[in-house]
Amino acid sequence: MIQAAIERLGARATHFVLELGRIGTFFGVLWLQALKPPFRPRRLVREIYDSGVLSLALVCASGLTVGLVLGLQLHYVLVRFGAEESLGAVVGLTLIRELGPVLTALLVTGRAGSAMAAEIGVMAATEQIDGMRTLAVDPMHYVVAPKALALTLSLPLLSCLFIVFSIFGAYLIGVVLLGLDAGVYMSSLEQAVEFDPDVLGSLIKALVFGALISLIATYRGYHSGRSAEAVGRSTTSTVVTASVCILLADYVVTSLWEF
Amino acid sequence: MQSSPTRDLIVGLFVGIGLLAVGYLSLNLGGFSLTPDRGLQLHATFNQIGGLAERAPVVVSGVRVGRVKRIALADDLRARVTFEVNAGLELPVDTSASIRTAGLLGDQFIELEPGAEDALLGEGDEIGFTESALSIEKLVGSLVHDAGLGGGEESE
Repeated sequence: MIQAAIERLGARATHFVLELGRIGTFFGVLWLQALKPPFRPRRLVREIYDSGVLSLALVCASGLTVGLVLGLQLHYVLVRFGAEESLGAVVGLTLIRELGPVLTALLVTGRAGSAMAAEIGVMAATEQIDGMRTLAVDPMHYVVAPKALALTLSLPLLSCLFIVFSIFGAYLIGVVLLGLDAGVYMSSLEQAVEFDPDVLGSLIKALVFGALISLIATYRGYHSGRSAEAVGRSTTSTVVTASVCILLADYVVTSLWEF
Repeated sequence: MQSSPTRDLIVGLFVGIGLLAVGYLSLNLGGFSLTPDRGLQLHATFNQIGGLAERAPVVVSGVRVGRVKRIALADDLRARVTFEVNAGLELPVDTSASIRTAGLLGDQFIELEPGAEDALLGEGDEIGFTESALSIEKLVGSLVHDAGLGGGEESE
């Protein structure tokens, strides 16, 4: 009994290390192919449409709502300290440093990451990937790499749009609804935000999250089983794994970037 | 892969708006400049800098002209502050630097008071006249002390 339990533990550990190694290799091959000519700008434009443009409405609407809520909640807290003039600074720093990249990444995981995993999974299940190999077309180069590159490039853009919409949302609450002075809001925002640690860190976070989502989505899709059920499973596991990894990576990036 | 002009247009718009947002955050809010014109680096040594922190503002007559770059302990155990002001700023050599507090408990910053000399401060120069941070604790302490002494004399 005890021996069986230890054996199971051993098998789990071996499986985990193997999987980690496979993902690492996949990551290396993926980016090698993405940066290897011939580049396919038409494929890239198509994939940016799929992962960027189609997430645009979702990201902007969510950004606006998050801004509205943030404006209300932070105003409630700041009034207690008689510091409601710093609403702009608090909203701006919270969004740029933390909420913007993280929430955008989570939204994009649900919208574009799952779609990407499903698309590649279906291609694998219907043997299109094998078909490409027979035609001497490298599926990593033709299918997977443009998708990953497009999502990685789109995420910083989406994240910045999310932040701009949120700042506007908080402006609506703070200035229009609660009667703060517009100049006070904007000047506290502009004074608090710096390019070097704040905006640059936000862009780096978004890039890291983009690379992470695209890696997990393409890996899960590429290695999903050959059935409709397996494709569904790999889509679900993409969303779960990517969400957890984003939150973990967020802590790592924040601590490395600041200290 | 057939090309679709509509999709190209939409993707172009998306990238354009996205870059606009990046630009707004970096340039307008972040104050990032593409030509990082290195400002004028100056040093000043203070006995006591209080709560002065790196990146604190440097002002002349209340107008922000630069920021604190580095704070280090000098060999004589005084605080040596390195700060950067806008490159075009013409400060006389007898300019004095004092550490002030915004409001009663606000953040601390360096105020420069220009002197009257014709010669100007150059890159890496040391500001000779400095005034240390006012410590609220010391101030309150001396007030209480004085009040206590005064009260004692009266009662006698």
